[in-house]
Amino acid sequence: MSLTELRPASHRPAPPPKKVKTRSWLYRFDNKTIPYVFISPFFILFGIFGVFPLVFNGIVAVRNWRLDDPTLTGWAGFANFERLLSDEDFWNALGNTFGIFILSTVPQLLLALIIANLLNRKLRGNTFWRIGILLPYLTPVVASTLVFAIFFARDNGMANWFLSLVGFGEETPLDWRAQKWSAWIAIATMVNWKWIGYNALLYLSAMQAIPKDVYEAAAVDGAGAWRQLWRITVPMIQPVVVFTVILSTIGGLQLFNEPMMFDENPQSASGGSAHQFQTIAQLIYKVGWKDLDLGYAAAMSWALFLIILIVAGVNTLLTRRIGGDR
Amino acid sequence: MTKTYVNRAPQDTRGTWLTYAALVVVLLFSAFPVYWMFVISTSTDEAVAQIPPSILPGGEFWTNANEVFTLNEVFFAASLINSVIVSSVITLATLFFCSLAGFAFAKLRFRGRNALMVVVVLTLTVPSQLGIVALYIVMGKLGWNGTLLAVIAPGLVSAFGVFYMRQFIAHAVPDELVESARIDGALNMRVYWNIVLPAIRPALAVLGLLTFVMAWNDFQWPLIQLNGTDFPTSMVALSDLASGNYVIYRRVLAGAFIATVPLIVLLLIGGRQIVRGIMEGAVKS
Repeated sequence: MSLTELRPASHRPAPPPKKVKTRSWLYRFDNKTIPYVFISPFFILFGIFGVFPLVFNGIVAVRNWRLDDPTLTGWAGFANFERLLSDEDFWNALGNTFGIFILSTVPQLLLALIIANLLNRKLRGNTFWRIGILLPYLTPVVASTLVFAIFFARDNGMANWFLSLVGFGEETPLDWRAQKWSAWIAIATMVNWKWIGYNALLYLSAMQAIPKDVYEAAAVDGAGAWRQLWRITVPMIQPVVVFTVILSTIGGLQLFNEPMMFDENPQSASGGSAHQFQTIAQLIYKVGWKDLDLGYAAAMSWALFLIILIVAGVNTLLTRRIGGDR
Repeated sequence: MTKTYVNRAPQDTRGTWLTYAALVVVLLFSAFPVYWMFVISTSTDEAVAQIPPSILPGGEFWTNANEVFTLNEVFFAASLINSVIVSSVITLATLFFCSLAGFAFAKLRFRGRNALMVVVVLTLTVPSQLGIVALYIVMGKLGWNGTLLAVIAPGLVSAFGVFYMRQFIAHAVPDELVESARIDGALNMRVYWNIVLPAIRPALAVLGLLTFVMAWNDFQWPLIQLNGTDFPTSMVALSDLASGNYVIYRRVLAGAFIATVPLIVLLLIGGRQIVRGIMEGAVKS
C-alpha cells in the first residue's frame, strides 16, 4: 500500500460526505502544503547562508569592495584576478598550501589504511580502540595546535630534544618555523594527527562489507596478508578511498587553523616571518579582514574554488587508476 | 605480516600480539597531545622549559586555570558560555530542521521531491567556507556582524543532516505506522512528533554529537565575526591568549584544556554513537 492512495486526487469529488468541511480543508493542506513547510527551513537557511554567498562571492570578486572605504564600490572587471596573477604572496601561499597538502594527505590516508586493516581483525575491546583513535578528531585544532607549537619549539621543544638524542642539531637547534620544509612538516604532522583515525574508521566500515569468500579464494592462491590488503581490500573499498581523497583535497586546500595557531602571533595571519607557511585560506583572511580588501579576497577564494575543483578531479582520476580500474 | 599465508578473511583473523602492540602505539600517538596539554596546564613556567621534558602532571592546574579566568583582556568564562550557547543552538536547530526535512523526504509524497533531494545531495559538495567574504557582506546587510547571531545562523541547517536523517527515517520508521496514524486522523506534525521523533533517537544522538563537536571547534568564521569583540567564542579567546610576544604557555594550555574537556566528556559518554555515525559515512567539516 502506498501513500499516494491516501492523497485526495484532484479529479475525485472533493470531500467525502462524512467529513466536516473545515477538517477536509485541513487534511488537504496537511497533504499538499505541509511537506513544503517541513523542508523549507533547510532550503531558506541554506540558500541565504550557504549557496547565495558562494554565488554572490563571484559578484564581489569583480567589484571594488573595501571595508575601509565604502564609497569605493563599483565594477572592477577582472582587475582583481589580474592582480592575483602577479601577486607574489598568492603564489607563495599556493605553493605552501600544496606542499602541506601533499605532506599531509599521502601519509594520512596510507596510515589510515593500515590502521583500518589492523582494526579489521577479531579484536578484544574493538569499540575501545575505535573510540581511542577518534580522540584527535574531537580535540579542537586551536587547542591541539598550541601543544604542537610547543612540541616544535626551537628551544626546549620535544621534537628538537628527540633529534638531539640521535645527535642532530645539538649545537644549533632546528628552528621549525624558520624554513619552509620544516614548517610544512610540522603543520602536516598536526593535520595527519587529526585526521588519521577518522579516515581509518571510514575505511574500516567499507572493509567490513567485503564478502569473506573473496579472501578465501585469494588465500587458496597463496596471497599473504600484505598482498591481500593491496590486491583485494584496497580495490574493493575504492569508492571510499576516492571519497576520502576528495574530502582531504577539499579540507587540505582550505587549511586555516593549523598554520594560524602555529604562528608566534596568530592574529597576524602572516604564516611566519617571511610567509613561509602562509596558506591561501590564511591569505584570504589577511587580505579581507586585515587589509580590508573584500573584493580582492573574494577573487582569491574563487580562484581557490577552481583550484579545488581541478585538483579534486585529477585526484579522483588518479585514485581510480591506481585503485585498479581498467 | 607475521604469517606468510592466511586462509581466512581479515574479519575472521584474530589479532596477534603484534596487532595489539601496533594499536597501543597508535593510541598513544592519538592521546599524547591531549595528555601533554594537561601536563603543561598543571606545570610551572620552569617545568615547561625543562629538558628533558617532564611528562608527569604537576600540581598547579588550579593556579593556572584561575589565571585564565581572571585575565582582564580576555573574558574566558564568558567565551566558554558563548561557545555553549552557539554550539547548543546550532545542534538543536540542526536536529529539528534536518529531521523535519528528512521526514518529509523519506515519508511524504509531494511534487518535485526527487529533484529537491538531488539539490540537497549536490549541496553536500559545496565548500561553503569559500563564500565567507560574501557571507560577511550578507551579515553586514542584516546588521549582524560582530554578534553571536552571525556565528550561529550559517550553522542552523546542514545538507548532510538532511541526507542522514532521510536515510535513517526511511529505514527506521515503517510506512505502515505512518499510514495508520494518518488514517486515524493524525496530521503530519503529530506523526513527526509522536512517531518519527521517538523512533529516530539514535540518529538524533549521532547527528547531535557530530554537530556539537563541529560547532564547538569552529574557528575561522567565529574569528572573522568576533575577533576584537569583548565576548568571542572560546576558540577565538584561545587565539587571543596565544597572541603577543610573550605567551605564557601553562596559562594558554590551561585554557585550551578547559575548552577541550567538554568534548572529552562527550567522547566518553557518546563515543560509541560517534564512531557509528562516522562509520556510516559522516562528512569531514
